[in-house]
Amino acid sequence: MHSDTDSLFETLQQWRAAGKSAALATVVSTWGSSPRPEGSHLAVDEAGHFVGSVSGGCIEGAVIDAAAQVMASGQPQLLEFGVSDEQAWQVGLACGGRVQVFVEPVE
Amino acid sequence: MKRAALARIAEAQSRRRPLVAVTRLGDGAQCLVDAETVDGELLLSPPQVAEARSLLSSGRSMPLPGATGLFARAYTPSPRLLIVGAVHIAQVLSRMADAAGFEVVVIDPRGAFASAERFPGIQLTDEWPDEALARLGLDGATALVALSHDPKLDDPALEKALPSDVFYIGALGSRRTHEKRLARLRAAGLDSLLGRIHSPIGLALGGRSPAEIAVAILAEVIQVRYEGERR
Repeated sequence: MHSDTDSLFETLQQWRAAGKSAALATVVSTWGSSPRPEGSHLAVDEAGHFVGSVSGGCIEGAVIDAAAQVMASGQPQLLEFGVSDEQAWQVGLACGGRVQVFVEPVE
Repeated sequence: MKRAALARIAEAQSRRRPLVAVTRLGDGAQCLVDAETVDGELLLSPPQVAEARSLLSSGRSMPLPGATGLFARAYTPSPRLLIVGAVHIAQVLSRMADAAGFEVVVIDPRGAFASAERFPGIQLTDEWPDEALARLGLDGATALVALSHDPKLDDPALEKALPSDVFYIGALGSRRTHEKRLARLRAAGLDSLLGRIHSPIGLALGGRSPAEIAVAILAEVIQVRYEGERR
């Protein structure tokens, strides 16, 4: 065993070898206090199984939803999450930061 | 991400070779950059290649400087912990370090100690420490801890590690044991490097059980690993 990122890429390869669709999400910009740094990955398979993280758990649900669309369309998406008082209870970062997450299909 | 890129990132990580993936966020076009090659459908200008290459050593992932809409993800070797001495503390430390994201190798030529029953799921070798370390390589993402209490095992490991690029060296033992060890290493001509050895090993948490000592060791390794990045 080794780092999270190593095992994430192994998991992605296993999913693809088993014929499952997959998508890879990456934190590409952060502003303010954000829980995970730029470069953090979340990998998602067609059944919604996921490994890794792009936040402290606040936005993973929305990113997994977007990953399903990306797998279906084959087109990447650039998502942005910030926080507002109402939003904090839905999809957003309670910590007050903002993040951009790039979600791409894995061929 | 193309299948070939996925395979190449996984391979680079398993071979401990740094690699940078540059992605155009508009359409997902990508290329992979290492010290020698640039490969992929995304065409970078020479200055952009130079910027991407500078991330191979820093390991930082960020929007590519001097470009718009390009993100550079640096994949650098995961931290590695080499443990000399398959002792009780090593049994706990190896599992904790594995969970903390370290690649772990336990080195002990005494087969009764380094057994798969005692170290389930952990990479073991029964080579002598100097042979094992020569094979594994001692890079700047590697930490070495000597836990065997046996100079026949600990000393050759320390002699190899002291002049190497490893970011952490720790040796278990009482002050008296350590003084004797320092005298032997001095006699081996390593006087100027002996300050690199953390002994007593680990942060002073006050714990006594093997698991508590393992926490103290792992905490110190992590602390030293990030020391260079603090401002």
